[in-house]
Amino acid sequence: MTFAMLKIAAAGPEILVLVGTCAILMVDVFRSPREGGSTLAYWLTLLLLLAGGVLTVLGFGQNAGLALNGYFLKDSLGDLLKVFIYLATFVTFVYSREYLRERGLLKGEFFVLGLFSMLGMLVLVSAGSFLTIFLGLELLSLPLYAMVAFDRDSAVASEAAMKYFVMGAIATGMLLYGMSMLYGATGSLDLAQVSAAVHQVVAGHADQQQLVLVFGTVFVVVGVAFKLGAVPFHMWLPDVYQGSPTPVTLFLSAAPKLAAFAMLMRLLMGALEPLVGQWQQMIAVLAVLSMVVGNVVAISQTNIKRMLGYSAIAHVGFLFLGMMASEPQGYSAALFYMITYSMMSLGSLGMVLLLSRAGFEAERVEDFKGLNERSPWFAAMMAIIMLSMAGAPPFIGFWAKWEVLRAVVFAGQVWLAILAVFFSIIGAWYYLRVVWFMYFEKARDVTPLVPTVGMGAMISVNGLALLCLGVFPGSLMAVCLMVLSR
Amino acid sequence: MSLPLLSLIIWVPILGAAGVLALGESRVALVRQVALGVAGMTFILTLLLLMDFDKATYVMQFVEDASWIPSFGIRYSLGVDGIAAPLILLASLFTLLVVAMSESIQYRVSQYMAALLFMEGVMIGAFSATDAILFYVFWEAMLIPMFLIIGVWGGPHRIYATIKFFLYTFLGSVFMLIALIYLGYLTGSFNILKIQSTAHIGMTAQILIFIAFALAFAVKIPMWPVHTWLPDAYGEAPAGGTVIMAAVMGKVGLYGVLRFLLPIVPDGSQYLSGLMIALSLIAVVYIGFVAMVQQDMKRLIAYSSVAHMGFATLGAFAAFAALAIGDRSAAVLGMEGAVVQTVSHGFITGALFLCVGVLFSRVRSSLVADYGGVANTMPIFAALMVLFAMANTGLPGTSGFVGEFMVILGIFQSSFWYAFLAATTLILGAAYTLWMVKRVIFGGVSNDTVAALSDINNREFVVLGVLALLVLILGLWPAPLVDMMRESVNHLVNQIGHSKL
Repeated sequence: MTFAMLKIAAAGPEILVLVGTCAILMVDVFRSPREGGSTLAYWLTLLLLLAGGVLTVLGFGQNAGLALNGYFLKDSLGDLLKVFIYLATFVTFVYSREYLRERGLLKGEFFVLGLFSMLGMLVLVSAGSFLTIFLGLELLSLPLYAMVAFDRDSAVASEAAMKYFVMGAIATGMLLYGMSMLYGATGSLDLAQVSAAVHQVVAGHADQQQLVLVFGTVFVVVGVAFKLGAVPFHMWLPDVYQGSPTPVTLFLSAAPKLAAFAMLMRLLMGALEPLVGQWQQMIAVLAVLSMVVGNVVAISQTNIKRMLGYSAIAHVGFLFLGMMASEPQGYSAALFYMITYSMMSLGSLGMVLLLSRAGFEAERVEDFKGLNERSPWFAAMMAIIMLSMAGAPPFIGFWAKWEVLRAVVFAGQVWLAILAVFFSIIGAWYYLRVVWFMYFEKARDVTPLVPTVGMGAMISVNGLALLCLGVFPGSLMAVCLMVLSR
Repeated sequence: MSLPLLSLIIWVPILGAAGVLALGESRVALVRQVALGVAGMTFILTLLLLMDFDKATYVMQFVEDASWIPSFGIRYSLGVDGIAAPLILLASLFTLLVVAMSESIQYRVSQYMAALLFMEGVMIGAFSATDAILFYVFWEAMLIPMFLIIGVWGGPHRIYATIKFFLYTFLGSVFMLIALIYLGYLTGSFNILKIQSTAHIGMTAQILIFIAFALAFAVKIPMWPVHTWLPDAYGEAPAGGTVIMAAVMGKVGLYGVLRFLLPIVPDGSQYLSGLMIALSLIAVVYIGFVAMVQQDMKRLIAYSSVAHMGFATLGAFAAFAALAIGDRSAAVLGMEGAVVQTVSHGFITGALFLCVGVLFSRVRSSLVADYGGVANTMPIFAALMVLFAMANTGLPGTSGFVGEFMVILGIFQSSFWYAFLAATTLILGAAYTLWMVKRVIFGGVSNDTVAALSDINNREFVVLGVLALLVLILGLWPAPLVDMMRESVNHLVNQIGHSKL
């Protein structure tokens, strides 16, 4: 074993992020606290994210294969997801800055915790073995628990953090239990070897062993479903969305979802593909339940963060449908959906942050009333985001739904497609309600909206991206297909 | 012809909408001028298109084709035939007229104009798309501007009306989306012409596809019993929005029937044509009675609109009955009647809603009871409105007569009773329209508001005068319109006579 065999270059960006994060922590510690918070940490964090992102883009698809003794898998699927994780984290921090500053929460720890969590996501995305998955998942989750409780004087936030922690621990437990069964049946922790072993078991009709494998799969699926917030493992999600400080809600609504999606792909598409007939049924049930519960319950929400939480559940249901077609087109539909959703989710919670100001949380749907009179431009951005989430063309959300529906219909499951569109009509109602409040109602709160330049520009880019990608979705679709074609 | 004329007609108004938005709300006069200029330019481009249109063929003309989403074989492909061309004219003409007549809109003028222009672009896009997914994108994109037009500038119950409108139409169209994807799966292409020429689709699939399509189109047209969004939406929308919805947007539904439903699933259509004829007849007769008792002019014309569109769907589906008895010429006649009726109804209903808009801009009410004796104070307006009302009842010499007559002739061969029931519209239509005219226009001046009315200004006179001319020309000399679509309708009748089982 030589050092060269580790192929350490494959994990270059991750190493950079680790070193950079430790450096930022140190810099922040040794800098005396100032009025207005740690702007230096903020800028250094953005710089680090930019560097990591650029490095990942430059190395896109290169050095593909297993590295670090098979624990680390570098491939273009992972690279794509990582690029969007960097992007989502970057956008999150830009959106959060003003909110945190106004509340005296702009501390270096926030960014350091965020970066460590992101490092966990990157590790998870590149997992080549059960151990790396577990390592990534824990590194992802632990800082998140702390971030949810970041506003330590808020009782709601502490409750949310507690709930998140307990539920997260259960999920991890389930996942570990499932992995132990899979390890027992296959004798390996390495995902590629597990896949080969599972294939042999399925081909050889070793029923005893297959039973254990299916049991293991059940627990793995449950663990993933917990992380993504699919019904019936969704109970934590609305509470955490509502209870966390909005920047944290924003953070955990986008980047960790991308990582959890990667976990789904690595486990189900990678290791357990031969058992596709078994796990597809479970995913189908989860998908339908999530769409039903998410869409129906979201209707009655008055808190927009909670509403978006239920909307997230519904979107996960739709995303799961993409897994119904066990072909690259289906998986790429799910991947495209996940990326699109993360963009829309960032935009919607970003707008909540934009409307908030010192001493005022724009948490109720009603706070959007009359936004068109206060600022036509940002009202238009929010309208684009909401209509995109509802799946109306010409916005990107339509294509995400279209691609999933296509995958489902082509897989011969027309009834699932019909269910999906039926519940997306129900879903359209609560997105439309936001548009209705913004355009058809008079403003009660007429405080002028003066976002910082960075925030305003970022929201505009976010909204326009949904529109432009909706008019020209071809290249992103092609990339999603490319990274999944074998 | 190297100029991509169709693309220009679609994108000039859409980009114009963005430009109008960029001007902002402070420069209202400029906004109105620019919007009028954009709509006028689009109209001129449409006239250029019609001048170069070749009537001698059913093949798609002004074809454009470009790669759009190569991974899934979705293309940006456009083209028009004899059925789409007159509808494109309708869209660009009415947008121009509505933009010209929007003096009464004072709130957020630039957003209103932008919504209208965007609407125009996507409606024309829907008429000219020859890729199924492109069509769907344009079709659904119509919802957003109309949702805002009703909701922002509408009447007191606008929010209820607009949400109902959006969800209703959304409900209809998502099932169409699944049907389109399924057809793409069956045929390996999303090109509408390729899908049309697919040799084989099983009966069960045909019926299911029929239902999915019919839901979408029936809601849009609208047909009984899925018309209930319409009185609310038409009643609450601002005058201009109602005109666009009634004169153009509903026509996309009938266009869909002719472009998708009939040629793609001819056997399913044949199988269910009896049901569709029955629904059309119910629309004609029952909705005629409902219209009679309306207190609000807009709602009355809205119901009248449902009844008249019932005629159009009747003509389209009666073609199957005619083909069943081997009478091909009757089938063609009925189908042509359907398109003529669609175009003529666009002119007449659009004109009537504009008339109501004229009254509304002066009195701020569209209730019949608030008027009476308008002819005394607005004689020129009264003359024009009476003309449109007469056309609405199907008076010979107006365009309303031609379409209804062709449809009745077309179905008379196959069933006396269909024709008889359809003909009751002549009585019912006369009853509700003329009764409204009597109460609003004629008689003594009923109140002070009416006494203080001033007659229409030059701008309004030009707009209504143009429509009056068109109604008369189409009524006296329908040949240009019929010639334009003859080949396309012939081809369509060939397609529906050709079983895919």
